[in-house]
Formats: sequence, C-alpha cells, structure tokens
Amino acid sequence: MRLVYERSRPGRRGGRVPAPGVEAAEVPAELRRAAPPRLPEIAEPDLVRHFTELSTRTFGIDTGFYPLGSCTMKYNPRVNERAAGLAGFRDLHPHQDPAGAQGALELMWRLERMLAEVVGLDAVTLQPAAGSQGELTGLTLMRAYFDDRGEDRTEIVIPDTAHGTNPASVAMAGYTLVGVKTDPRGNMDVDDLRGKVGPQTAGLMLTNPSTLGLFEERITEIADIFHDAGALLYYDGANLNAVCGISRPGDMGFDVVHFNLHKTFSQPHGGGGPGGGPVAVRAMLEPFLPVPRITRGDDGFGYDWDEPKTIGKVRGFAGPFGVFVRSYAFMRMWGPELRHMSEVAVLNANYVLARLKEAYDLPVDRLCMHEFVVSARTLKREHGVTALDVAKRLMDHGFHPPTIYFPLIVSEALMIEPTETEAVETLDAFCEAMLAIAKEAAEDPQQLKDAPHTRPVRRLDEAEAAKRLTVRYLFEDHPTSE
Amino acid sequence: MSDESYPDELHYHDAHDWVRVDGDTATFGITWYAQDTLGEVVFYSPPEVGDSVTKDADYGELESTKAVSGLVAPISGEVVEVNESLDGNESTINDDPYGEGWLVKVRMSDPSEVDALMDAAAYRELVESL
Amino acid sequence: MTFTALTDADRDAMLAAVGVGSMEELFHDIPDAVRLGRELDLEPALTEAELMAHLSELAGRNSDAGRELLFLGAGIYDHYVPAVCDAVMQRGELLTAYTPYQPEMSQGTLQAIFEYQTAICELTGMDVSNASGYDGTTVAADACYVARAATKRAKVVVAQTVHPQVRRVVRTFAPGFGLEVVEVPHSGGTTDPDAVRAAAEDAACVIFQQPNFFGCLEPAPDIAAAATAAGALPVAHVDLLSLGVLEAPGNYGCALAIGEGQSAGNHMSYGGPHYGFMAAQGQHIRRLPGRIVGETHDLEGKRGYVLTLQTREQHIRREKATSNITTNQTLLALAGLAYLCWLGPRGLEDVGRACLSLAEEAKRTVGHPLAFDRPTFKEFALDVGRPAEDVVRAARAQGVHPGYPLGRDYPDMENVLLVAVTEKRTKADIARLAEVLKP
Repeated sequence: MRLVYERSRPGRRGGRVPAPGVEAAEVPAELRRAAPPRLPEIAEPDLVRHFTELSTRTFGIDTGFYPLGSCTMKYNPRVNERAAGLAGFRDLHPHQDPAGAQGALELMWRLERMLAEVVGLDAVTLQPAAGSQGELTGLTLMRAYFDDRGEDRTEIVIPDTAHGTNPASVAMAGYTLVGVKTDPRGNMDVDDLRGKVGPQTAGLMLTNPSTLGLFEERITEIADIFHDAGALLYYDGANLNAVCGISRPGDMGFDVVHFNLHKTFSQPHGGGGPGGGPVAVRAMLEPFLPVPRITRGDDGFGYDWDEPKTIGKVRGFAGPFGVFVRSYAFMRMWGPELRHMSEVAVLNANYVLARLKEAYDLPVDRLCMHEFVVSARTLKREHGVTALDVAKRLMDHGFHPPTIYFPLIVSEALMIEPTETEAVETLDAFCEAMLAIAKEAAEDPQQLKDAPHTRPVRRLDEAEAAKRLTVRYLFEDHPTSE
Repeated sequence: MSDESYPDELHYHDAHDWVRVDGDTATFGITWYAQDTLGEVVFYSPPEVGDSVTKDADYGELESTKAVSGLVAPISGEVVEVNESLDGNESTINDDPYGEGWLVKVRMSDPSEVDALMDAAAYRELVESL
Repeated sequence: MTFTALTDADRDAMLAAVGVGSMEELFHDIPDAVRLGRELDLEPALTEAELMAHLSELAGRNSDAGRELLFLGAGIYDHYVPAVCDAVMQRGELLTAYTPYQPEMSQGTLQAIFEYQTAICELTGMDVSNASGYDGTTVAADACYVARAATKRAKVVVAQTVHPQVRRVVRTFAPGFGLEVVEVPHSGGTTDPDAVRAAAEDAACVIFQQPNFFGCLEPAPDIAAAATAAGALPVAHVDLLSLGVLEAPGNYGCALAIGEGQSAGNHMSYGGPHYGFMAAQGQHIRRLPGRIVGETHDLEGKRGYVLTLQTREQHIRREKATSNITTNQTLLALAGLAYLCWLGPRGLEDVGRACLSLAEEAKRTVGHPLAFDRPTFKEFALDVGRPAEDVVRAARAQGVHPGYPLGRDYPDMENVLLVAVTEKRTKADIARLAEVLKP
C-alpha cells in the first residue's frame, strides 16, 4: 500500500481556508519559515480512499473477536460516539466560565460519584489521561501523604505477575521496587511478603484479580500486613471488569485505585488511545488530589483550585472530557446491573477455559475470573511450536490473538479475556480454532511457523526495523517504495 | 547463528558473560546461551575507553528486538579497547560470540578475581539446569 | 441485557460445560468478608433513547462555540475541524483496534502513525517523532525526563511565559524524577536570552513556548542558543498551526519540539482528549518515551510497519523504561494527520496567515492598548483598563466571550485580557468584539 506521501502530486490540495478579508500580515523576518514543510498535496477524495484503505488493513473489535488478556476488548457502544459529538460537549471550550459549563460539570461530578460507589472509596479525580498516568498519580499521592506525616518511606512492593507499567511507574515516582513471589496456587506468597514489609514500605501495588485471572484469596490478610506497617495499598484497576458489583477494592482494603476507562468502561482503544485513568482514594488522601476539584454548591457546579496540600496537576484542564462522556453514558446504560456485566465476563472466560484446558497447559487449576492464562509449553517441547506461532495462526482463522508472553512467570503464556459482549457461538468458533491449531502443531507445524498466511503482510522483520530505524518518510531519499 | 558451545579456555560468570585472559589484559563477551536467549542483537551500548569496570556490576548494554540486557563485568579493571567493528554488524555477536563478537578489552586490576569464575564444565551444567 | 448476547439457554449450557451449577459458584474464591452483599447504589439503567434525552439536556446547559462568539484561547483554540477528521475517527476498525502489538493485524494503524510521525518531523524540523503523548502538558514532563537522561543534570529551566498548566504539570512530576525546576520571569512579555543563559548553568533543558502564553513571539533562536551555550537542551513548545509561517524549531537549534496538537484537527471537547506531540534530533531516539513506528519488510519482501525500539517501553524494560506510557492518543493524532493532509503545505500557510492577519486586524480595531510591545501570532494581551474578569462577564451577557483573564495566572495582570483570533473569525466578528469591549 502506498504512503500518503507517495500519493502526493504538486499542486493538489484538500480543503480551502476562508479568505480572511483583511490586510495580510507577516511575522518578523528573523522568525519566518524559510521553506514550507513537505506535507502531502492530495485531493480530498483520494485522502478519504487512503484512510479507508488504512482502516481495512486494521482489525478492530468491530471486525471480530479480540481476546487480549488484561485489555478488556469489549464492544464500544456507538451511542457513546453520538453522545460525545453533541455540540454542547464537543464544541465547549475548557476555559469557558463554569456558569456556561454546568452540564459538563454535572456530568463529571456524577461520574466521580458513580466510580467511587463501584470501588467503595471516598473521593475521585478524573484528571489522569490513561491508566499508567493514574498509577503515577496514585504513587505521587502516596508520596505526598507520607511527606505530610513526616514519614520517609521509599519502597513499593509489587508481585512478579505485575503489568509492566507498574515497575515503570514506581521508578518514575522515585520509589524503589521490591518484588514478591507468586505461590503455586496463583496467589501472592504471603510468607515471602512478610519479610519485605516494614517502616520503609510506602505500599503495595496490586491488581485483583491478578494477571493470572485469579482472585487473591488472602487479600484481607495481605491488606492487614501493610496497614499494620503504616503502609497503603494501591489497586491497579486493569481487571475491574471481573468484580463490579460483586467485590469492591475499597472493601478489600485498598486505599488508592485507578480505573481504565478504555477497558472496563468501554472507551474505544483507538489503535493506541485515547484512554482515561481516574483515581479514587480513601478520605485521608483526599486533600492531596490534583486540582481543580469539582464542587457542587447552592449556585451550581464549579471548580475549586484552592487545595493547599494538592500534588498539583497531572494533565491539562479537568482531564479528557470526551472520554468521560462515553464512560458516563456506558455506566448510565448499565445502572446497578453492572454486576451482570461482570458475571457474564467471568462466565465467558470460564467457558473458554473449560474447552481449552485439554489441549493447552494450565499453570494453575482453578476456576478463573474474567481472564485466564494457558501455556503452549508442551507444544513447544514436543513440536517446536511456540505461543507466538499459535498467535500468528489464529489470525488465519479470523481472530485477533490473545496476549502472549505475559505474565512473565508462565512460559509460552497465552492470556485470554473474552469479555461479556461475546456471544457463545463466537467463543465456540475461537475454541475450535485453538483446538485445530493444537492438532496442526502435531501434524504440520510448519504451517504454524509460517503463519499468518492470509493477512495483508506475512511476519515482519523486527530486527531490520530496529537496525534501520526508518521512522519517517524520507522523500527522495526514502529507501523503499510500495 | 552459531552452534552451542562453551570453549574450555574461557572463564564464565553466572550472568552469562565470558572472560579470556591474555597476560594482564582480559577480553569480555557474552556466551552462546546469552545470545540465544536475547535473540538477534540490534544495538550495543559500550563503555568508553578509560572507564573503570567493577566485578559483578553493569558495564554496558545489548539490545535485541525483544529485550535489553545489561552486560555484567566478570572481573574489575579499566577499559582499554571497545570492539568498534560491531557498529552496524551487531549480529556478529550472535554468529561468533567468542571470536569477532568480543565486546571490550580490559586491563585487569585484580587478576585473582578470575579464580571466582566458573570453568566451561561448570557453566555448561548451569545452562543445562535453566 | 445491555450489549450482551447471553440468553438463559446460553447460560445454562455454558455453566454445564464449566461444570458448575450456578453463576454464584464461579465466584466462590471471593471471601465473604469482601463481598459487597447489596446492589450497587447507582440510578436505574437507561435505554439508549432515555440516555440521549438526559445527555442532550446536560449538553444544552453548556455555552459552546455555536452559541457564543469565541475569542477565548489560552492553549485550546476554536479552529475549524473539517469533516474528514470526524470521518477518519469514526472508521470502526481504526476506532476499536488495540495498540498495534500484533503488526500483521494492524498495518493500517501502524502505517498511519508512520505518516503522522513524518508530518510532525516535517513541521518541527526534527528527525524523529513519537506516536503521540497525552497532551501539551504531559509532553513537557516527558521532555524533562529525556533531558535528564541525556545530560545527567538535575535541574530544568522553564520560561514563565510557558502555559501555566504546562508549568504546573512539570512541577508536579519533577520531584519524583529528581529534578529541581527554575522559572525565568518574562521581561516585557517575552523571555530575555541573557536571563536564560544565567539560569541554565547545570540545567538539563530549557523549555520555552513559541508563540508564548501571552501570544507574543519569543526571540526563539537566541533562547535556543543561550540554552546550548550553557550545555542545556533547548526544548520548544510550539503550535503546529503556526509552523506554516514560523520557522521550525529544528532549524534554529532546538533538541526537542513538543506541544499540544489540538489546534490541528481536534474538537475542543472541554479540554480533551487531544494529543501531545514530541519530536527530537536523531541522537535522542533511544530516550524518547512512547511508541515509535518503524519501516521494515515481511518474509516475502513486502514493505510493512512495526512498533520499534519497544525495548525502551514499559513492557520490556519495566523499571528502566523511558517512561510508563502505554495507551497514548493515537486516534486523535490520526485526526491531526488527516487535517494536515487535507490542508497540505499551502493550506497550512493559509490558515496560519489567516489567524495572524485577523489578529492584527483585531489589534487595530479593538480600542485598547496592548499590554506588551511585541510581535504576536494569533493571540495578544490587551490592557482593558479595569478587571478583565468583569469585562468577560459583561461581554458574555452580550453573547461574546472576549478572552482569557491573565490575572488568573499572573498576579500583576488583573486588567489584562488574552484575546485569540482564529481563521473562523471574520471582520464582522471583530467589529462585534470591539463593540462589547467598549469601556
């Protein structure tokens, strides 16, 4: 497929800007652009065809089943797009006087309270732009809390199954990381944990259910270990889809929670964003939340910037408002029946697990929650077929692969999360494909190693990309053509 | 890619680095097991000539498409030469890890540190247990 | 049930296949002590029609750009977003795909990001761009992180004429990065390069904004030179729509170019989501946070695109990562790409010149003196002779929002109003502004 730059022809253009109808002005000579940027010169019909072609070469949830573990690839309701496109939301300037933004403020105020109810905590900030920013915000809140108390705590404990953002966030927040092992039942190894928590500990960072899709059975005991040491518990909300309306992180003992609005709460992933990462906290952390806070008073909704202990600002304005509209719309369409969403998510995952566990290795033999991990370890040992090969062959069956090689403690891992918006016949078709692949591994492994065969490209040379580092079109010097 | 081997004349560190001693100079590299696990090397971030390296500490980095690996100094000393020919030919580390794929040459500060390293047989046993 | 397909018959068959008797059994690992044990205290579920009625009522209580004549800017602008941008963002595959970690399933997204990276490099005069950051504030914090890694220095310098929210976000994250933040006050509405030189000793970077928050044009090449002379990386926070008429930061000595992309192809949407951009000189490529798309071939020799240098990112390097960013702002960046392609080089110059010319017209017409005697681009600071907040209130009562009161962020500027003029404004609109600003 051609790059848009390769479709460019001198003299063409898309749209026109209205003539200003005033005297033309110029910037001072020493600041003036010397040569125009080389943007494509392309007519609008060809531009639309170009983007349409790009779109058909990408597989989305709208295309088919997308069981990426820990990503919660559920249906993105179309009404959310209509909602976010209402002029009163879409064309509202963020510096508009609160008197002229009452509808937007009310939506945010209500969303905060709904999210607080789902997790059982006291106060919420909607500001962080994504889950990992929520993590960094949460850790920064914890640091501010301990600084305020005059306590010098430098360590955060995280399990060996943690998502990669957790250690990176810990480092960015200026903490030291202490790892703790997972036991054979898939729970945190509490004996390993005890020796690692003390007055130097700021807190625990955990997702529950874990990245193995298993509920942390000793969570209350774990929470007590940290609270007894004067430390806090941070909940990574990536797996919240499993427990809404059933168990709340606040009740499990967590003090800080981040949400992934682009996971549980249906904001579309957009090929890599936007997302939203609100943070909920227990009351003692509320004074430190980013500003502005959203308030409700006798004369309506407004902003409060005067919070002397605030950590400051983590993102512009009140956060990614368009994402709030979509998540708010999603939550209003579920109401308290959000519990049913989690129940179906967990049922769907257990159904697929039941059908696959004969053909793939199971690291832990328990009922799972909304996702589970199997391993291609035996396929590798007996036929040289890896999790990667299984993933690539699934593409030929019309499915997006699951997450692979994560969590790190399971070799040849495949992490599968169907979500609640899949019908049973889709799950059956996926299972049949997975079973067929396991069989093919024994009978014709080369087909798997050469997969995919039916996508717009075959397997791509990642080493070449890293060595060449061609990260932009180079015009006359570009080394390749279509 | 090369065949699995662990030459007898070398000394081995359990972080999968090797040392060849020649007078008071030592040459460092990574073992066959290390390059096999890392995958095709795409970038080498070396120390500079004159830098000191400390036994068991990181002295540089190798990058493949799937991972970054710290290079661990098996013994201490001062860097006297860096293998510049690897720039643009990083896959030599995979193809010839003990020969043309050498990483740095170091003037040893304490030759007795070599005694704490494994011989080829012991290292081979370690690799088989992984 | 909402968006699920599960029927009673499905449920019974599936429970049987799992080997349990009820949904409740699936949750038996959850201890009683942590069970909610009641219904969530949320309002009853709405149907789609009821939802839209409720949301329309909320939206109807907002004074959006269709209902009030906007001269309000200060970082987010009422530019025209062409229909192609919406069309691109509503393509189902681009909208609902995940981050392109499986490249064979995402060639469309990957190629589009490659094209976006190219456009950002062209506009900013840099060698490499990432696939986007969260917004114009967080990319400044990212830039500090890059500069620290590049120089090993523990201080960053930020001009006071940089957007107040950008400065605030930098100050929020800097302590965790081990960085001290020093601000250089403005001098007559712009930043003095000598003051920068003095402040930038042992600084990792100097962040300045062009045009700055007051709308004034900074002596950008001299500021960059002053930073470089002190051994600090010059970082320019720029407006993409100005880069058809203003010189690219890469062409006057900057190491990094960052900014808020909203002006180029995104609706205002009460502050987001939008996209931040970051571009750099080639030697910084391995320090850049976020994703980068690179070109390669498949095993049949066909050209294709992949995420590259992923070893820098959180999912491989973990605690040594260049940042913790995962989800970024791809869809909004693609809308930005569509916009820039739709404009082309002549369109970009036209829109920049239109904003500049209309702003000059407004300066001539509006009947108040400028607060700063400096050249400007699409915004300018007016001394309105009385509290700007009162002026705004009075103007809004007549259906015009005249601008941003600078006293909110700069204590000695209560009477100063920041007026933005985009290509959507007309000569008649400007006459109206002059009317409502009459003392």
